[in-house]
Parts: sequence; C-alpha cells; structure tokens
Amino acid sequence: MSAVEADSYYLHLSKNPIRFEPVSSVTSVFFDDSNRQVFTVRSNGAAGIVVKGPDEKSFSSLRLEDRGELISIKFSHDMKILGVQRSARAVDFTNMYANADVNEYSQMCKGKDTKIIGFCWTSFHEIVFVTDHGLEHYQVISDKKTLKLLKTYSIQVNWFIWSCESSVLLVSSGSLGNTLFPFLFKSGTVMKLPKFEVELLNIPRPPQLSLKQRDVVLAKIYDQLYVLVLRHGAATPRGTSPAEVILYQIFNDSNAKKTDILRLNLSGRFAINIVDSLIIVHHQVSKTSLVYDIHTPGELGNGVTYHQPFLSPLPIRPFKLSLPAVPTSSGSEVQEYNCELYSPNWVIFHPNVVLDAKLGCFWYLQLNLESIVYMLTDKCRLIDFLLLRQDSKMVILNVCRNMLIPGRQVSLTVIATVFNKLNRVYSDHLNTANGIAIAMLINSVGSDAIRAEGMSKTPIIDQSDIYTHVLSVFDEYKDSSYKYVVAVMVEYIRSLGIFQIPVQHFLFELIINTLVQHNCFYQLHQFLQYHVVSDSKPLACLLLSLEGSYPPAYQLALDMLKRLSTANDSIIEVLLSKHQLLPAIRFSQSVGMVDHISARKFLEVAKATENQMTFFTVFRFFEQRNVRLRGNAKFHPGEYCDPYVEHFKQLFGADAVLSTS
Amino acid sequence: MTAKKEVSLINFFIFNAKFGPKEGDEHKKILFYFPHSVPLDTKIKQIGLCEAIITFTATFTDHPCESLHTHKTRQLFFQAEPDFWTVMTLGVPSIEKIVEGQTHTDYREEDIQDHVYRAVLQQTYNLYRLFNGTFQSTLTKCDIESLKQRLDHFFSKYLVTLRLNQVDIMTVFNGVQFLPLDKISYLRLQCFINQMEMIFPQIRYSVVLYNNHLVWSGLEQEDMRVLYYYLTASLLPAITEQDFSTAPLVTSAEGSHFGRFVLGPPDLQNEKNLGRISRVHLAGCEQEMEECFLVVYRALGALMCLLIQGDQQLDFDLFQKIDKFVGPQLSAIASDIAELTSRKNPSSTEMQFKYVYFNRMNFAQKTSIHTSNGLTPSVSSDVLRLIADIHNDLNTVTQVEDGETIVKTSNDSWIVGKKSDQREVYIIIHQKNANLIEINEEVKRLCSTHFNNIFFLD
Repeated sequence: MSAVEADSYYLHLSKNPIRFEPVSSVTSVFFDDSNRQVFTVRSNGAAGIVVKGPDEKSFSSLRLEDRGELISIKFSHDMKILGVQRSARAVDFTNMYANADVNEYSQMCKGKDTKIIGFCWTSFHEIVFVTDHGLEHYQVISDKKTLKLLKTYSIQVNWFIWSCESSVLLVSSGSLGNTLFPFLFKSGTVMKLPKFEVELLNIPRPPQLSLKQRDVVLAKIYDQLYVLVLRHGAATPRGTSPAEVILYQIFNDSNAKKTDILRLNLSGRFAINIVDSLIIVHHQVSKTSLVYDIHTPGELGNGVTYHQPFLSPLPIRPFKLSLPAVPTSSGSEVQEYNCELYSPNWVIFHPNVVLDAKLGCFWYLQLNLESIVYMLTDKCRLIDFLLLRQDSKMVILNVCRNMLIPGRQVSLTVIATVFNKLNRVYSDHLNTANGIAIAMLINSVGSDAIRAEGMSKTPIIDQSDIYTHVLSVFDEYKDSSYKYVVAVMVEYIRSLGIFQIPVQHFLFELIINTLVQHNCFYQLHQFLQYHVVSDSKPLACLLLSLEGSYPPAYQLALDMLKRLSTANDSIIEVLLSKHQLLPAIRFSQSVGMVDHISARKFLEVAKATENQMTFFTVFRFFEQRNVRLRGNAKFHPGEYCDPYVEHFKQLFGADAVLSTS
Repeated sequence: MTAKKEVSLINFFIFNAKFGPKEGDEHKKILFYFPHSVPLDTKIKQIGLCEAIITFTATFTDHPCESLHTHKTRQLFFQAEPDFWTVMTLGVPSIEKIVEGQTHTDYREEDIQDHVYRAVLQQTYNLYRLFNGTFQSTLTKCDIESLKQRLDHFFSKYLVTLRLNQVDIMTVFNGVQFLPLDKISYLRLQCFINQMEMIFPQIRYSVVLYNNHLVWSGLEQEDMRVLYYYLTASLLPAITEQDFSTAPLVTSAEGSHFGRFVLGPPDLQNEKNLGRISRVHLAGCEQEMEECFLVVYRALGALMCLLIQGDQQLDFDLFQKIDKFVGPQLSAIASDIAELTSRKNPSSTEMQFKYVYFNRMNFAQKTSIHTSNGLTPSVSSDVLRLIADIHNDLNTVTQVEDGETIVKTSNDSWIVGKKSDQREVYIIIHQKNANLIEINEEVKRLCSTHFNNIFFLD
C-alpha cells in the first residue's frame, strides 16, 4: 500500500479479516456480538457448527443434534455453556466443558402465550430471556443441568438490545416502540433504570411500531452510556429533510437526557459504528462514512449540542482480499479480490464490527490516526482529538516532533497550547496515580480495582517522552536557532509549572547545555536567579563543571548546594578543591560539622598550598580540636596524619607541636 | 559665619598624545575640552602637564597613573582606550570660616574619594560608548573631525547634568537592581518575550524592567549594566516627569491597553513621526561592536527595551505591529506583577536596619538607604563615604577573598562591611551603648535570616 493511498482514508478494515463459510442454502450464519463469534451452521448443526472468534483460541467446531431450525446460538462468556434457541417457547443448553454430559437440557419461558424474542448471557452463567411479556433472569446450574429463576419483570416488549460492555439491556415497549427501558445487570441482580421516551417526528394513525431496532444503538462513548437513535428525515414538500442521530445519555440514578444531535446532512440508509468513542455513520448511497466526536464543541440550542461531521465524509479504504491460490496452467497464483465496500450484504454490529455474510468476512473497523494528522491542520484541535484516542501516544509525539522541525515550525503560541493540553492530562494522571498510591497504603485490599480505574486508556505524555521523542529533534536538525530551542524548552517548563508538575533534571540539563553551547551565560544566570531551574545536586555539579567558561557558575553552584542543605559535605569538598581552607573550616563550624571533618584531608590541602602560615593555622586548629575532643593534642593513629606532623616539625621545629604533658 | 563649597567640576578633557607629537602641533591632541571658553593656550598647557605626569609615573610602575592630589584640586586620569585619555579635574570642597575677622578656607580633601570619581569617569565613558561606539571606531569609519563633533555633542550636554555631589558607593557598584518575582510569573514573561522575538526576528535582544528593577535581559552583562544606568538615571526620571503632566492613556481600535512607545513613535496615528530612536553600540561578547536601534516601550510599570538590528530600515508599520502584539500582553503582565508586589506585605519585609548589597557576579545590587531613583540617600554622606572606604579597603587594599570590617562612627552608628567570595554587604546599625560583641552577634543574626538561600560565609 503506497503512502499516498494511506493518507487519503481515515477509516480502514482490519488487515486480517476472520473468514467463514458464506451464507447459502445449506449454511446459515449467526453472529454473537457479545463474544464476537461467528457461527456457521450446516444442517441445523447436525453437519457441524464452526465457531470463529476474534482470536485463534476461540476457534472451535462442534456438532449438535438436528432438532429443528436454529433461531439464535450463543456461548456463555466462559465458553462453557452453549445456548441455542430453536423455538419461541424454550432455550436449549449444552455443557461444552471437558468430561461434561453433552446431552441438552432446556428451559421453557413462563406463561402460556409468552414468546421468547431472544436471550443473552448477562454475566457468568447467568442468562436473561426477553419475551414479549417481559424479562426472565436465570442462573444456569450446569452441573445439575437445571436453571434457577432469579427474577422476572413484566413488561410488554417489542424488541431489545444488549450491550455487553456496559451490561445494559435496552427494551422497547409501547405500541409505537418509543418507550425505552434500560436494565443494568450486575452479578445476580438487575437494576431497573429510569425509562424514557424517544421523540418521534410524526406519529402514525393508527399507532404502529415506529421506532425500529435497527435505528437504535446502545454504546459506551467516553465511558458514558448513550442510546443513539437514527431519525430518518421526514418527507417534506421540498424533498426529504436530512437525517439526524439523537444521543440520549443514560444515568443510573436519574432520567436519561437528550444531550447531542448529529447532523448527517444526508438521507438514505445509514449504519452506525463506534470506534474509539467516535461515532461513525456509514451512508450507503454515497458510499462514504461520517465521523463525529461529541467531545468537540458544537452549536448549542435547547440544552442540546448540535454536531457537524468532524472531518469531511470519506469512504473506507478499499480492501483487497487475497484468495487462496488456484492452480492454473501457469502455476498457482494468488488472486486478489476487491471487496465491495458498503455492500447491501454488509451487516454492521456493535461496536465496530463489519460483517459480509455473502463473502464470509468479518472485519473490525479501525481508525487511521496518521491520515487524520494530515487532514487536521489545526494542531490544537488535532492534539485535543488525539488525546482522546487509544494508542495514540506515538502519533502525538510525532505530531509534536514535526512541529519543531526547521521549516515546518509552528508558532510558540501553538506550542504553548499543545504543551498545556498534554500536561493537563499528564497532571491528572499523576494526581490519580498519587491517589491510588495513597489508597493502596490505606487499604491494600481492592487496590487492583482502583488501579484499573485509574489507569485509563488515554495516552500519557510524560517528561521523558518529550525528551526522547520530541526535543531530540533539535539534535537531529542542527540548524534550529538556539533561541527557538530554548524558547520551546522554556514553554514546556512553564507549562509543567502551571500544572505544578516537578520538572525532572534532564530537562534542566538540556536547557543549561543549550545555553552554554551558545555562550548565553547571563541568561542562564537569570534562569537560576529566578529558580526556573530547580536545585539539585547533579545540577550543582554541572554548574561547577562550567566554572572554566563562566566563573560565576561557581558561586551559583555553591548557592545551590547551600539551599539543598543536605550537601554540606560537597560544599566542603568544593572549598577544599579551591584551597579555600579557612572558609571551609568556618563553614564546617557554622553547620556543626567541625568534629567530623577529616584532619588528613585538610592538612593535605594545606600542605599543597605551600603557604606556611596557612599550614600552621590549619595544623594548630586540628591540634586544638584534638585537645577538645580527647584532651590530647596528638592525632589519633587512625587519622593517618603522621606525615603532616613531620612536615610541621620540619617547618616550625619539634617544639612548636602542642604537648599536653 | 561659615560658607560651604561643594565639590565642583573645574574641567574635563579628552586627548590622544599620539595626534600631535611635534612641537607646534600640540593643539591636535585635544579632542574635547570643557569648558570651551578656556583659551587654547591653557588647554594645551593642561594637557601637556597631564601627559607629563602620566609619562613620568609610568617609568616607576606598570599601573597607569590614576589621580593627582593638590591642595585645592583633584585630577583623575582614565585611559578609556589605548592612548585616549579622559581627564577630570575637580575642585576640592571647602568650608570658609571667619576667624577673628580673617577669612580662613578649610579644604576637605578626604571628602573626595578617588575610586568613586574614577567610577564616574568610567561611567561617563561607557555611556558615550553606548550611543557612539568607541573613539577608535569613529576614527576608523569617519575622521577626526566627526569624532570631535560627536564628543562635543555628547559631553557638552552630559557634563552639565552630572551631579557630582550625589555620587557614592552605588556609583562604584554600578549594578543592577533585580525584581524579585516568582517562578511562574517569570516564566510567563519569558515565554511572552520568546514569542515576540519569534514573531519579530528584527528584534535582536530585549530587556524588561519593572519599576526600575530588571526582570529580564537578553543582553550581555556589561551592556546591560550601561543600559540600566542610562534607563534608570536618565530616561526614566524624564518620562516619569512627563507622565504626571500631560500624556493620556493610549487606547487603540482593538481595545484599550496601557502600552506606548517611550522611544519610538509618540503617536501611532501619525506615521510621519517615528519619534526619537537612538542607535546604540553593544559590546556583546564579540570583538566588533554591534549597532542596534533602541526602541523603548512602556505599559504601566513595565518598561520594555527592544534592540532592533541596526541594518534594518525602520518603518512605521513595524511599530504598529509591535504595539498591537506587545501592548495588551505587557499591560496584563505589568498589572499582574503590580498585584503580586502589592500583595507582599510591605511592613513585614521592611527591614529594621539599613544595608547595601552587591554581588559582583551578576552586578545585582540592593539598597535600603537609597530610594529607587537613587537620588536621596537616607543616611549621612559621612556614612556613605565610610562605606565606600571599607569597600575600597576590602577590594583593593587588602584584596582578601572573605573579610569583615566593623567601624563605629563618632555618633554611635556601627557600619559592618562583609565580603564573601564575590558578594559584599554593608550594614548600618544605630544602637546606643552597644559593644563590638553585640554588634557582631546582631550581624550574624541578620545574615542568617536574610542570606539563608545563598552561600554567604559568616
């Protein structure tokens, strides 16, 4: 696939589709969107059932007795129990685990005239039957091959939608079908959430089912549960008005709220996928898809946000299917087949499954973030968008990196805004991480749950990411003006500052080295003066190393060590290295270290100064310390000061040595 | 009955001995002589005398001659550039007393401190160089006549503004007062400046001051020192006077802000008038002096100096663009800084003692005995002179790395001068009946509370 081609599509089908036997007179195909499994059933199961799922592990084949046509077939989440619906009155079960009795057992629905519309596995070995008279919630006791009724709800039902990711069952009721009841299933219990009505454009007389299942999607978008309703345009004298998608947000404890409306500006047949919290609306007539992001600001009206497509409508990237090699006269060759996109044989499943029953293909719809990078020129909008996507970290880092390449450099204002956006997420993450750490300290039990919640999928761009992937660009492009380099780094440090994120010292090192390389010592001095660069021992050492080219660095380093208050040893070392003996002694006195400093080190330096007065003073000082500490002027043998005592005697005579006799 | 005479300027001249080596050509050596009214013959004699002294003393020492003391005058020599000498002659202050009907003049020689007035001489030259470049560069580029013109143009005006009786230790330090500012506000200003310099690449350097305090300088230290002196001693006092008289706040079409040009177009509606824009010569760290235009912009308490590339043609459009970009942001930053500085409780930070601080490493100076415009010190001139003496003592006479001098004056004031590495502090304590030990303890306490974040040895 060429790069040009890759750039012009923002949606594509997963590279390796799951292939299955297409629908035919002998084969029927079922799809379970909870487990994302395709069942190809031959002769009602007697000639075999092939199950294919998202990964190799879920591939299996099995055989069922032919006891009539199948209506629905679904595995429990752990793949241990297979549920099969063959009639409107009962669901049959087969235990599929090792050493299990393979004989089926079945469960009838309650009531004489009740018809089962469908069933779904709600949680581990729990199942709900949706009938035209209500819900029946059972627990499957596989060992005993029986079901235990947990709860029933009586309610007239037209159709239902099950969302596995949120464990919510949405039921349509009423003669128009527009009264929706959400039920939340949580291990063994069912919670009835407040019902709500979907507005209809025109109510038919006599009333008939107007809200169809195919126009409703139940989806989690940005971790919130929404009901998406596709409202087809009504016929007006001037033609059909464009269709819209209406979003109702579902709450556990309050009424559902109409929050957003997506303007499709088109009419015809539509299907909806959700990819990474983006709403993708496929339009069959134009063979294009529209992308909506409810996180972007839209036009406000009556408490509802109206959205236009986030990007201009584009088709999904063409998909070539390589067919198995067919032996021909010229040898076997791989044939490629151009799949028809937006085909009438397509069935769209929630959230991002595209299935072609005729072709026997099952894909995931995926986003192509790299193409979006080229389509969205507004960097701030782009970063906002990318920060909400999963696995976008490298894409974001690349965007940031490209912003700094000479010739493509964007203004500092944009860079500042982008850094702020990244650091807002980064700081939130740090705060949650701290919160988790605290929670773990307080209560070690249940910390995993908290961690799972805290570690969201949003990309976190931390300081080392910026350092390695973004700022490294300046190493590569030596022609960047140092002013720009420093300005970018200062922007980053400022941005970290506003979010109160402590800056790591490698960033300071980078900024110091850049300033030093360009002889901007006075500017560096000012940065240190205003504490733009935070104090640390490694930085103090770096400053000391700069003394040769910029003498004031010595003073700055000493000040820094002093402020650190844990580096008094280093201060003494530095002073000694400068032969500043008396200041070193005075300093050790002022910080109360005078009893611990090494006499040998001081005397060694004092001897090296070749200044007799200094040597005398230092020697005398330590003699007096000996008197104070041990009542004797003699040096302790462990101090290894004998050579200096000899030196002293040589210079000033043996009589000059203090004696306590 | 007594009559006091303050220090006075008798003459000021610049000469180059190489310019008229032959007899009869002596007048060629004179580049500038103040006062003008002096007969040429006297000028030649004066210069000849100076030259003789300089040459004579040079036979004994490598260190050039610095000053000549006489009973009634003091002459200071300063070799600004090789072979270019600037000389200033001062009248020694005196007191006239009438004792038994006889007039008796008492000359107070010790009131003139050589190193203070040498600093004046140095500062005078630095300021000239900022606006005109070096003497030699003018000679190289033009000719001797234009050098003479420039010297005349600059010094004739400048010398009359010299306040010779108001120079003290601060002149010697010739430092810069920095504005204490928190990191976030500082970074915000920094980022704003970076953005500005990216948008206007013509701007080579920028400098920001707030209420006479330096906040940011893109210039080299030495250049900044001279520019700071010009701004605080000359430009700012002049515009503050203006402010209180006329000048309304500027409001532009895009919304009001408080910015306007101090050096630059006075009226942004009138494109005919680019206003007063000086050329400045920056020494930088390179050999060649760099020429820039000095544009000064002001918003509330903030003053921004923009040094624009000297080879650019300045057009009115640029000023309008700068005003549009800088005006609103600088106004906002200035009002934030104003809020921050007012929030710091002034009464609690007001120190109970008087001090002067100087750090040679970054020329940072602080003083509690001078008002911000550096004019009226709050201690007697005796004390100031004593400080200057201690400074001289600590730095030139004994040349110690660290040291301390404690002096008690006749009127019960204690002056403590301390030097640690490159920093100096002078503390004045008024305490009756205190002894040396008490003063020493007091200074230790003050240092540990006020200098706790720097390495300042007790």
